[in-house]
Amino acid sequence: MEIHELTCIRCPIGCQLTVTVDGESVKVEGNNCPRGAEYGAKEVTNPTRTVTSSVRVRGGELPLVSVKTATDVPKDRIFAVMEEIHALTVDAPVHTGDVLIHSVAGTDSDVVATKTVM
Amino acid sequence: MDRHDLIIIGGGPAGLAAAISARENGIEDILILERDVRLGGILNQCIHNGFGLHTFKEELTGPEYAERYAKRVIEAGIPYKLNTICADISPDREVTYVNAEEGCVTVKAGAVILAMGCRERPRGALGLPGFRQAGVYTAGTAQRLMNIEGYMVGREVVILGSGDIGLIMARRMTLEGAKVKVVAELMPYSGGLKRNIVQCLDDFGIPLRLSHTVTRVHGKERVEGVTISEVGPDRRPIPGTEEFYSCDTLLLSCGLLPENELSKSAGVRLSRVTGGAEVNESLETSVPGVFSCGNVLHVHDLVDYVSEEASRAGKNAAAFIKAGGVRERGRAIALKGEGGVRYTVPQFIDRANMEDKLTVRFRVGDVYKGKSLAVYYDGKEVRRVKKRVMAPGEMEELVIMKSSLPENTEEIIIRVED
Repeated sequence: MEIHELTCIRCPIGCQLTVTVDGESVKVEGNNCPRGAEYGAKEVTNPTRTVTSSVRVRGGELPLVSVKTATDVPKDRIFAVMEEIHALTVDAPVHTGDVLIHSVAGTDSDVVATKTVM
Repeated sequence: MDRHDLIIIGGGPAGLAAAISARENGIEDILILERDVRLGGILNQCIHNGFGLHTFKEELTGPEYAERYAKRVIEAGIPYKLNTICADISPDREVTYVNAEEGCVTVKAGAVILAMGCRERPRGALGLPGFRQAGVYTAGTAQRLMNIEGYMVGREVVILGSGDIGLIMARRMTLEGAKVKVVAELMPYSGGLKRNIVQCLDDFGIPLRLSHTVTRVHGKERVEGVTISEVGPDRRPIPGTEEFYSCDTLLLSCGLLPENELSKSAGVRLSRVTGGAEVNESLETSVPGVFSCGNVLHVHDLVDYVSEEASRAGKNAAAFIKAGGVRERGRAIALKGEGGVRYTVPQFIDRANMEDKLTVRFRVGDVYKGKSLAVYYDGKEVRRVKKRVMAPGEMEELVIMKSSLPENTEEIIIRVED
């Protein structure tokens, strides 16, 4: 049995959640609404995050273009995603929405530009 | 002297939303003055996500949010000048700007919208002991260096202040390979949004030490470490609680201040609490035809509310211009925060000019759990809203209905009560 203490971030109230994982069963306590229960369960079974960073640009008006993962990636893949982002340099121009890395770090998410750099 | 119907000072989120709204409300002759190399303001360096949940019902990064508004300004053909700094605004709305192509130019404005944003509380305002070493940055300066200019500002980092930019930079520097050792916050609560504490600190195991401050910055040429001490209820360091952290970088995230030097030159009356203009229901300042919106009016947590507020400023400026620059002003009802409500925006309401619903925004001065917000018209309670949690870091709002507001009201007060 695992017990996790976390803060719900679905709204500004910030309920202190206690999530108990016992085999298949996940029990959330301390929440004041169903969104808290959903958040608590997801955070301990499958936590995901959007990763945002920047990528070097050659020959552009700016030296960097900001990027993000187009969808959330598993939380434990964040640093693997960052490694691929660090290794990349792209040529200008780059447009918002351009895919710069397909299926980054073995996830099913792409890294896309969030800025236009001519 | 050239003349424009509307001049907007600042091409960040407030200025862009104000421009779009003014155009939608029939103003053709608009000019936006922007000092940076592109439109979008501070959003261009806020590369993290979490913007636009209210406005676009999706989660965008700062540059994406900025680009959507900039695109609408460009598509609407609204003129703007980049690399152009506004040097002065006179009380009769003569605007002086400077850029490399035109030099120093003064133009007359039918109306002015102040949308200059805010700046960070600098080291000098904090009374930090120590030499003037390299390695001390405000969090926003570090953010610009890292996200726009591509410099890594340090390897071992301590952050003083738990404002949102500091929290965001804790994560950003960690992702870029730095070791963020601790975030120290003078107050017993954080000044940042809860989601930022969870996703920027908790995710990476970065400790947040509440009721702690930096009492010494070590090193002469370069930061070599800081001493952090616990503070008592009087916010003074408690002797014997000193702890040394070695680091090469100290980031400061200790509050934002509306940037109102130009407002002062225009003669705009400022609030001592917000540091921004005192405004009426139309977001018009004490100087007729000069409007204010966004972080130059009061510091917001969410850009979505900046855009919404700026749209109202644009619409009201358009009405002022279309009325030929003279608008009947009725008697002003004073709107005040008391008993835990630090301020309100607006500070005055002219009932004749207000819309059916007026959104009033404000901040509380402490963390309150299970309290209520009570609204009084001339001492008579008219509304009471129960709030589970209120905190200084999260802006509150209430709506005043015109239909509920008697014409002869003198004063509206909002209070925190049991």
